Amino acid sequence: MSTVTYRDALNQALKEEMQRDDRVFLMGEEVGVYQGAYKVSKGLLQEFGEMRVVDTPITELGFAGIGVGAAMVGLRPVIEFMTWNFALLAIDQVVNAAAKLLYMSGGQFNIPIVFRGPNGAALQLSAQHSQAFESWLAHIPGLKVVSPGTPRDAKGLLKSAIRDDNPVVFFEGEMLYNTKGDVPDEEYVIPIGQAELKREGDHCTIVTYGKSALMAVQVADQLEKDGIRVDVVDLRTIRPMDVAAITASVRKTNRAVVLEEGWEVCGVGAQIVDHIQRDCFDDLDAPVIRVHQADVPMPYAKNLERAAKPDVAKTIAAVKKVMYLPD
Amino acid sequence: MAQAKIKKKAEPAAGSEGTTAEERQVLLRSMLLQRRFEERCAEAYALGRIGGFCHLYIGQEAVGAGAMAALRADDYIITTYRDHGQALARGLSPRAIMAELFGRSDGCARGKGGSMHLFDRSLNFLGGHGIVGGHVPLGAGVGFAIKYRGGDQVCLCFMGESVVNTGAFHEALNMASLWKLPVVFLIENNRYGMGTALERASSIHDIYLRAASYDMPRAYVDGQDVLAVRSATLEAVRRARTESTPTLLEVRTYRFMGHSMSDAVSGTYRTKAELEEHMKRDPIMVLRIQMQEAGEIDDAGMAKLDEDVKAIVQDAWDFAEASPEPPLESLHEDVLVETST
Ligand SMILES: Cc1ncc(C[n+]2csc(CCOP(=O)(O)OP(=O)(O)O)c2C)c(N)n1
Repeated sequence: MSTVTYRDALNQALKEEMQRDDRVFLMGEEVGVYQGAYKVSKGLLQEFGEMRVVDTPITELGFAGIGVGAAMVGLRPVIEFMTWNFALLAIDQVVNAAAKLLYMSGGQFNIPIVFRGPNGAALQLSAQHSQAFESWLAHIPGLKVVSPGTPRDAKGLLKSAIRDDNPVVFFEGEMLYNTKGDVPDEEYVIPIGQAELKREGDHCTIVTYGKSALMAVQVADQLEKDGIRVDVVDLRTIRPMDVAAITASVRKTNRAVVLEEGWEVCGVGAQIVDHIQRDCFDDLDAPVIRVHQADVPMPYAKNLERAAKPDVAKTIAAVKKVMYLPD
Repeated sequence: MAQAKIKKKAEPAAGSEGTTAEERQVLLRSMLLQRRFEERCAEAYALGRIGGFCHLYIGQEAVGAGAMAALRADDYIITTYRDHGQALARGLSPRAIMAELFGRSDGCARGKGGSMHLFDRSLNFLGGHGIVGGHVPLGAGVGFAIKYRGGDQVCLCFMGESVVNTGAFHEALNMASLWKLPVVFLIENNRYGMGTALERASSIHDIYLRAASYDMPRAYVDGQDVLAVRSATLEAVRRARTESTPTLLEVRTYRFMGHSMSDAVSGTYRTKAELEEHMKRDPIMVLRIQMQEAGEIDDAGMAKLDEDVKAIVQDAWDFAEASPEPPLESLHEDVLVETST
């Protein structure tokens, strides 16, 4: 084991997969000479050259489509979006091309591509730069959607995503790049579609993924001091969702809080709650509560931003509420 | 990388020289097959055998036939929803195409794509795509992959003239020129996007000139003359293959039918007189007259050819009708593939 940042873990995954398979290339804005807007691609241009680490003009729609076309004829592109906010310009290529070609062609053209980049809010970047888009893409059949919260998960899942023969949408966290964690020294992958219990407890379940998994762990650690033991189910993959892991936990604890960074309406949490009500109706001792961003565009002012985002205190309050405990 | 010297072509491409009598026969046959196939599609649509959106190629056959004749078997083609004629010209089986249009399991996309989404992996036919402009970056991406692998194939990317107004077109052509990708961007300028005339949508009416802003070689050609289309495409393909340089080729054609099956042939956005004027330059007639004058075909020969292609289309119809509907289990197939590695 080594202690590695989330950024370096992603960098290792890219480097190892590019060494392993020369069909893999990285394309996006500032990935080469500049070494990545968030330095995830540091050193890759020097090792792999211009054909495999490709700096593009600011053309999300164009280079996402170039990736899909290259994948149609056998390459394995990794398309970096500087952030997912900008990927909205490319959503046609993700939704109408990458996710549809296998089906429309009756199984003839699979698209082995990864679309990756930071998702969700950082600090005081306000409305256009602080959005979590996973529910948009998790809605689409034909895609896999991954959102790791730790360096170990980030590396293992990015390697799986690159090896996957389908389009994989890979959400990183802008606030996660500097976080550190243990990463195995030996080669490993983490399969897409498997949740992990990040904390074990029998009083309440928190279901979450991505950056929020870190928050959920803090919540669990804090509540443990009060004798409240929480199961933290970190989905890691949103589509396909590990429903069995959710229901196994809720059947044990009989209570659930669903925590996500995105907005409430039609969010990923709504889907999770649906699985819980269908599969665990008789096991529940309280209605499921969701914790999420306030239903507003992200404000700039510090105090308003804090009020808009989910946090440890709001999540603790939600756990206490489903346990019918006083605040 | 050394910049190859590029001669910018803005002159109409050369005419009929460079084809053999045999090649002209093949082109005539290809166009006639497309014509008879599309006529039967209109009939099948009226009978409810074909559903959804269906865009016919009648009037534009010289574009598909001529351009496809400039390609090698290992080159790639990507196109729009108006794809029947090009698919036939590339050699997709008429049976598999008709079965696809009928929504049957023997269709070239197993009944999952329909008229707008014909595919054949074995022929490097990368599909009909339904989002106007969306497939142009894909075409550039195929060119990128060719260059990445160091091959000498070419990607031929068809599009309608409305595409030149989309962002996807601009982004793709800029990168294709910047990175010198072996792609031929072929615009089928049939003068209308649905009912909007080119002049009402594009600030530039000689649309091949758009390439100037990407410093890309460019040409325009008479799209009703199949031999001219072939030689212009050959020139562009040669440039892509040997100099890894893209070309924007504007092919000036005309559609004789409505935009799709629900659209009146004339009356709203174009007059009957305009349509009739253009129909005088039917691409099949243009080549037939040239060949007749050269003594390469007579009326009997033409009648025989017509019988042949009609029989092929009838066979395709019969095959499609006999083909079973896709099994219901296939509903959930082809969403994702099993990953092997
Ligand atoms: C992005 C997008 N907008 C609108 C449409 C609807 N639409 C389909 S075809 C078409 C006209 C396209 O004209 P053109 O590119 O000239 O091709 P043609 O149909 O004449 O072959 C329109 C507006 C679409 N498919 N995609």
